[in-house]
Amino acid sequence: MPYTAKIKVTLRQSILDVQGKAVEHALKNLGYGTVESARIGKYIEVTINEQDSLQAERIANEISQKLLSNPVMENYSFELEHVK
Amino acid sequence: MADVLVGVVVFPGSNCDHDTEYAVASFEGVKPVMLWHNEHDLKGAKAIILPGGFSYGDYLRAGSIARFSPIMQEVIEFARKGFPVLGICNGFQVLLESGLLEGALSRNRDKKFLCTQTNIRPVNCSTIFTSLYKEDDVLSIPIAHGEGNYFAPAEVIESLEEHNQIVFKYTDALGGVTEEANPNGSLKNIAGIINRQGNVLGLMPHPERASEKLLGSLDGRPLFQSLYNHISGV
Repeated sequence: MPYTAKIKVTLRQSILDVQGKAVEHALKNLGYGTVESARIGKYIEVTINEQDSLQAERIANEISQKLLSNPVMENYSFELEHVK
Repeated sequence: MADVLVGVVVFPGSNCDHDTEYAVASFEGVKPVMLWHNEHDLKGAKAIILPGGFSYGDYLRAGSIARFSPIMQEVIEFARKGFPVLGICNGFQVLLESGLLEGALSRNRDKKFLCTQTNIRPVNCSTIFTSLYKEDDVLSIPIAHGEGNYFAPAEVIESLEEHNQIVFKYTDALGGVTEEANPNGSLKNIAGIINRQGNVLGLMPHPERASEKLLGSLDGRPLFQSLYNHISGV
């Protein structure tokens, strides 16, 4: 059975996240005084037709590094889920 | 003598490809040749230009998908052999994603898409793209981008400076490199950089939009002319 890789790509802390800043200001304007910050990232679901979880994990890592994130300004993490 | 061919790559979503073609065609001795993203043939071009636009809709990240298109595999090989490659705006983003240039371009500091005339200064005139400029020239060249905020880790910036790889900087009208003159938040006011070998240049401003009197500025022409002199052996 295939695996679904649930991949999150986030901007590194050192990179100014202007979208997140705009959302943060909007939330504060809505009266949520305890909101301290908001950062926006990407969520990507990739279905990988591999039987072996190690192999699926290897592919998820590889595609995250090669295409889905830009290591100069982004970090990524993922969870693998067995599709039943 | 036959005209020297300059390749202009067309990605789905490129929108400055015809402006670039038009600008190239306005020079003596060179002829543009359009290169479709799905091809592997550089058609005998002696230099390649990656034009501005929104290749593949800027999906995922600007330039990230274009980097894996068939034509880019040839362009990367061409660049590694030392032939000239120029990336304008989205083309610059593609060059960074390809690893032909170092760093990244993130969202403009003030969130806005900027479409405006800027002043830039060619701070390195010893490249094949800038040999006809002088370092105190203040050029008037437009920008049109949402993601032009140049970023690179401190050690990369140091290395770019050490090897004189910063080619264009945003300035005020007098040529001063000031924070007020920085439209998008780029580190060190960087508007364009070149690779260590000196054959791959990327810049955010659009020299092809400053190549005809009617457009209000001719300041982009020396960039193309420098390149054509180089490839024609002038």
